[in-house]
Amino acid sequence: MSTLNPAMDHSGVHDHGHHELSFVQKYIFSTDHKIIGIQFLITTMLMLLVGGALALGVRWQLAFPWQNMPFFGRFFMAQGGAISPDAYTMLFTMHATVMIFLVIIPVLAGAFGNFLIPLMIGADDMAFPVLNMLSYWFMWPAIFFFGLSFFFGGGPAAGWTSYPLLSALAEAAPGSGTAQTMWLLAVTFIGVSSMMGSVNYLTTIINMRAPGMTLFRMPMTIWGMFITAILQAFALPVLTAAGFMLVADRVFDTCFFIPEGIVVNNADPTRGGGQPLLWQHLFWFYSHPAVYIMLLPAMGMVSDMLSTMCRKPLFGYKPMVYSMAAIAGLGFIVWGHHMFISGMNPALGMTFMISTMMIALPSAIKTFNWIGTIWGGKVEFNTVMLNSVAFVSMFIVGGLSGIFMAAVPVDIYIHDTYFIVAHFHYVLFGATLFGVFGAIQFWFPKMFGRMMNETVGKIHFFLTFVGFNGTFFPMHMLGVAGMPRRYADPYLHPYLEHLLPMNQFMTVCAIIMGFAQILLLGNFILSIFYGPKVGRNPWNGNGLEWFAPSPPPHGNYDVPPVVYRGPYEYSSPLVDDRDYLMQTDYLPPKEPDKESDDSENDSESKET
Amino acid sequence: MNRFWCCFFIFWPILAVLVSWYSPDMDWWFPGEPGTPIGSQIDDLFYLILVIVTVVFIGTQIALCYVLWTGVKKQKGKALFTHGSHNLEVIWTIVPSGILMFISLYQLDVWKNFRVQSTFPEAAIEAPVAEVTARQFEWRIRYPAPGKVLKLTPQPDDLYTVNDLHVPTNRPIVIQLRSGDVQHSFFVPDLRIKQDAVPGQVIPILFEVLKGGDYDLTCAELCGWGHYKMRARVLAQPESEFNDYLLGLQQEQNYDGVADEPAPSLAQQTKEVRQ
Ligand code: HEM
Ligand SMILES: [Cu+2]
Ligand SMILES: [Cu+2]
Repeated sequence: MSTLNPAMDHSGVHDHGHHELSFVQKYIFSTDHKIIGIQFLITTMLMLLVGGALALGVRWQLAFPWQNMPFFGRFFMAQGGAISPDAYTMLFTMHATVMIFLVIIPVLAGAFGNFLIPLMIGADDMAFPVLNMLSYWFMWPAIFFFGLSFFFGGGPAAGWTSYPLLSALAEAAPGSGTAQTMWLLAVTFIGVSSMMGSVNYLTTIINMRAPGMTLFRMPMTIWGMFITAILQAFALPVLTAAGFMLVADRVFDTCFFIPEGIVVNNADPTRGGGQPLLWQHLFWFYSHPAVYIMLLPAMGMVSDMLSTMCRKPLFGYKPMVYSMAAIAGLGFIVWGHHMFISGMNPALGMTFMISTMMIALPSAIKTFNWIGTIWGGKVEFNTVMLNSVAFVSMFIVGGLSGIFMAAVPVDIYIHDTYFIVAHFHYVLFGATLFGVFGAIQFWFPKMFGRMMNETVGKIHFFLTFVGFNGTFFPMHMLGVAGMPRRYADPYLHPYLEHLLPMNQFMTVCAIIMGFAQILLLGNFILSIFYGPKVGRNPWNGNGLEWFAPSPPPHGNYDVPPVVYRGPYEYSSPLVDDRDYLMQTDYLPPKEPDKESDDSENDSESKET
Repeated sequence: MNRFWCCFFIFWPILAVLVSWYSPDMDWWFPGEPGTPIGSQIDDLFYLILVIVTVVFIGTQIALCYVLWTGVKKQKGKALFTHGSHNLEVIWTIVPSGILMFISLYQLDVWKNFRVQSTFPEAAIEAPVAEVTARQFEWRIRYPAPGKVLKLTPQPDDLYTVNDLHVPTNRPIVIQLRSGDVQHSFFVPDLRIKQDAVPGQVIPILFEVLKGGDYDLTCAELCGWGHYKMRARVLAQPESEFNDYLLGLQQEQNYDGVADEPAPSLAQQTKEVRQ
C-alpha cells in the first residue's frame, strides 16, 4: 500500500502534452485538476461576495431596523427600500446557505483539494479526471436553483437548517413554497458534487501516491483532505436521504416529518404520523461532521504554512494526524449537541454532552502543537504567516466558546442566541476563512507562476481581522444578554432595546470588513497578470508541489518525483547550505539514511 | 514591522478580556439576576466555565505571542530542529482531558434535576399550572378551572388567555408546552428557561419562580417571518393572587353579559389584564 509500482504510476505522464487542446477543453470543460481547482476557487470567491452582500443586508437591518437601505434597498420587496420581515428571514437563510454550501465547503475540498492533492502526493492528475470535471459542473445547477429560488415568494426562509414544519408545509411562510423545494434540490446538487469529489480524493490519495510517499509522509493538508473526504462519504448520504424525504413530504404528500392534526395558517389539518425531530437528527448527523468538513482541510493547510513559514518541522506530526482522526471519529457522535433543548430525551442529552466535551480535547491538542510549531522557529510576518497565526488565535476563541454550549445547563440559556452565532463565526470565518486567505497567498505562485502583492495582502488582513473581531466578538455579549438569533427586530423586546448602539458598531465593522474583500479580489486578479514571476519554489518549501514547475504543466511534473522523507524537514542538520530539505532530495548514503526522527536529539544539541 | 504584528496579536486578546470584564458594567450582560433556582445554577456554571476558559484563553494567547516574539528576534542561523516532544504531548493531552472531564461531570446534576422528567417533583408534574401552545405568532394559554387538574385535551371549563402567562411563585411548577403549527421555543431570559415547542409533542417544563414580577417571554426558534414579534409575558405572583386571578378569569369567561354588575374582583382583574 505504501509504495506503488513507479512504472504504473507514471505511465500517465507520457500521454499528456502531446496533443493541443482547444480553449474550451483547456479552460472550461477541463479535466485537469489544476484548472478545476482554479475554477472552484474563482467561483467560490465570487460567491463569497454574494454571501457577504447578503450578510450586510442582515447587518443593516440589525443596526437600522426598518430604515431604507441606500442604493441596495431597491432589491427588496417592501416599498421604499426597507427590508421586510420575510426578506430578512430570506437574507440570513441565504447568507448561511451560500457561505456554507457555495463558499467554504467548495473552497476547501473543491478548490484546494483539487489543486493540491495530486501535486502534493506526486500524482499526475486525479484518479477520475472526468468525474472531477463533473464535480465542478454540478455546482452550477445548485447555484442556478439557489438563484432561481429568490423569485418564488421572496426566497427560501426557513434558515440554513430548514427545520420542518416551517420547511415542510408550503403554507407556513411565503418562502416555504416552491422556493424551499428548489433550495432542497440545490443542496442535493451540491451534495452530488461533493460526493464526486470525495470519491475521487479518496481513490487518488489511496492509490496514486508517488513512490516513497507513505501515509505518514503525507503533508497535513493531504491528511485534512483525506479525512474530510471520508467524512463526506459517510455523512452526505444521510443529508441527501433526508432531503429526499423532505421533498417527498412536500411534493408527494408523504409524512416523514409531519405529525397529525397540525393547522398551519388556516390550511387543512395535516394527516400523518411523522416526527419533526427526525429531520433534526438526520440533518445534524450530516451537519456536525460538515462543520469539520469546513475546518479540517484548513487545519491541514495552516499546519503546512506555519511549518514552512517558521522554517521549522511541524511539532508533533503524528499527534496532529491522530487528533484529526479523533475529531472526525467523535464528530459522528456529537450531533445531538445541537438538539439539547429540542425536545429530544434529556437523558440522551447527557451522552451527547460528554462526547462533545471530548471533542474539544483533540482541538486543544492541535492548538498546542501549532504553538509548538512556531516555538523556536524564525518568524517573518508576511501575509501567509499573518493569516495562519490569525487562524490559531481565532480558533482558540471558537473552541473555548464551544465549551459553554457543550455544558448542557448553560446551553439551555445560550442556545439559539447570538452566542451561537459568535461561536460558529469564530470557527468558520475566524479559523477557516483566515486559513483560506493564507492558503490563497501561499499557493498562488504555484497556480499562476506569479506572486500576490504583499502590501495589499497585509492591508487586507489588517482590515479583515479588525473588522472581524469588531463584528463578532460583541456577539458573545449579545448572546449572554439573551438576544435570540434570527430576529428581524430584536428591539421590539424591552430587555434588548439598549443593545442597538452595540449592533450599530458591529455593522460598521462588518461594512469595513466587507469592503476589504475587494482588496483580496483585486489583488488576486491583478496578480494573475502583473505579479512578479517566480520559479518552482518561492517559499523554499519541502512538499512535492514545489518540485513541479510553476504553474505545473498538464501532467504536473517534468521529472517523476520519488519521495525520501516527510514534508517537514526544515532546518535539518543534514544539509548545511539551506534550511529546507525537499521530500524529493536524495542524500547520498554517507550517513545511514535514517528517518529524521532518530536524528532529532543530536541535532537539537547541535543547534543550542 | 514584525514587532508591530506581535503587538497586534497580543493587543486583541487584551482588548477582548477588557471588553468582557467591563461588559457587566456596560449592561452587555445577563438581563438580570436569575429568577429561578435553575437559573442561579446555570449562572454559577457559566461563571465557572468562564473562569476556566479565560485562564486557558490568556495562557494560550500569551504562549502564542511569546513564540512569535522569540521567533521574530531569531533571524540568524537555523530554526530549532525538533519534531515534537512526547512528554509535552502527554501533558497537554492529560491536563485538558482532566479539566473537560471535571466540567462534564460537575454539571450533570443540574441537568438531571431540572430536565430529566423522572426527577420532577410529583406534585408539580401531576398538576401542571397551564398549557402553553405556541402559534404563528402568539402564545395561547390554557389553565384548568380553579380546583381542577389540567387535562391533556381541552375541557369545556378551561380558561384561556393569550400572551400573558400567569404563574404562582415559590413552588416548583410545570407548564405543558405544545406547538399549534411549526416549531417554536419558549424562552424566558430572566428565568433562564428555554424549551422548544415541537408539533405533535407535549413537553413539560419544570421551573420555580422566586420573585413576583413580569418577565419577558420570547420565541427562540425560527418560526416564520414574524418570529421576532412573539413578544409575551410571564407574570409571576404569590399563590393567593394567582388563585384570585384564575377565579376572576373564570367569572369573566362565565359572565353572561346580562347580570347587573360583574363580580368586584373581575373588574379589578380585567383592568390588570388590560394593563
Ligand atoms: C471545541 C470544539 C467544539 C465544541 C465543544 C462545539 C460545540 C458546539 C455546540 C454545543 C453547538 C450547539 C450550540 C447550540 O445550538 O446551542 C455548536 C454549534 C455550532 N458549531 Fe460548534 N463546537 C466546537 C467546534 C466547532 C468547530 C470547529 C466548528 C466549525 C468549523 C463548529 C461549528 C459550529 C456551528 C456551525 C454551529 C451552529 C450551527 C447552527 O445552529 O446554525 N463548532 N458547537
Ligand atoms: Cu456540532
Ligand atoms: Cu419563533
